[in-house]
Amino acid sequence: MSMSNLYIFFSILIIALVTVGLRFLPFLVFNNRVKVPAFIEYLGKVLPFSVMGMLVVYCLKDIKFDSMENFIPSLLGVATTVLVHLWKENTIYSIISGTLVYMILIRII
Amino acid sequence: MMNFFAVFLGDGMEKLRNNFIKTLPVMAGYIVLGIGFGILMADSGMGLVWSFLMGALIYAGSMQFVAVGLISSCSSFLTIAVTTLMVNARHLFYGISMIEKYRDTKPYKPYLIFALTDETYSLCCDDNTMDKVDYFEVSLFDQIYWVSGCVLGSLIGNIIPFDLTGIDFALTALFVSIFVNQWIHAKDHIPAVYGVMVSLLCLVFFGKDSFLIPSMIGIIIALALPRKMKKEGE
Repeated sequence: MSMSNLYIFFSILIIALVTVGLRFLPFLVFNNRVKVPAFIEYLGKVLPFSVMGMLVVYCLKDIKFDSMENFIPSLLGVATTVLVHLWKENTIYSIISGTLVYMILIRII
Repeated sequence: MMNFFAVFLGDGMEKLRNNFIKTLPVMAGYIVLGIGFGILMADSGMGLVWSFLMGALIYAGSMQFVAVGLISSCSSFLTIAVTTLMVNARHLFYGISMIEKYRDTKPYKPYLIFALTDETYSLCCDDNTMDKVDYFEVSLFDQIYWVSGCVLGSLIGNIIPFDLTGIDFALTALFVSIFVNQWIHAKDHIPAVYGVMVSLLCLVFFGKDSFLIPSMIGIIIALALPRKMKKEGE
């Protein structure tokens, strides 16, 4: 077998190290001794809003508009989540309803 | 002294319970996605120990799915490193937004940073009521769910009696509901609009496999624009 245990282990190690590196980098660059530049501080405040938008797009990136079954379930699932959230403002309700709509639609379309 | 202790413990339990409830949506998503991951691992010939190790050490959902493909096709270590960099670069953003919030979180800080996934970030990034113990408990709960899911998938993945296809949509729904929640409570909607529009544009131009890094750069440029204009106007 070409996939030796040692190869798997080192692959995992490399992925883990790169990921940890990315997660720690901002904290290492702007540690307690260095004053965080105003622009980075500003980014820290507004990025959560932008990132959540980016993550939504990221989650929906596999949608294709070539046939109904490839986009209707996702779009209606998202729409349900949005509407229920505007109505109830309760994350659990929004997630359960959106996911249910999605799961039902991928089975019937 | 006893009284103080009881009050302290009671308060701790209350916090623990609240944080548990806060993480329930993540539990649903992580356990199901984790099981999906475990099944994929089993199909690719990698057993329970590897699932556990990945969940514990890498702890990055989408990257772990990509990793299965990379490893089972015996990609080079360089390819693996570069792909990880591309897929996980968005974590730089999370770090930048959490510098202030995680500033005084000793002794939990290293773990909080290590465990800063999309979902943990989304729970912690805009809640100003949380203290360092809350951050720690939410982070730990989330990782427990994820690792449990990965291990469970390896163990029982192929014998689940009902069809759970599509339940991973829970994570999409989590991000959507947080996005809507932020929209309701934010005074300034521009950063949210930039996030969606720039990412959509980059998705169209760069394709779904390589739009994240261009999106990040584009978002930073877009966010820098109004500031500059304001400065010039002063």
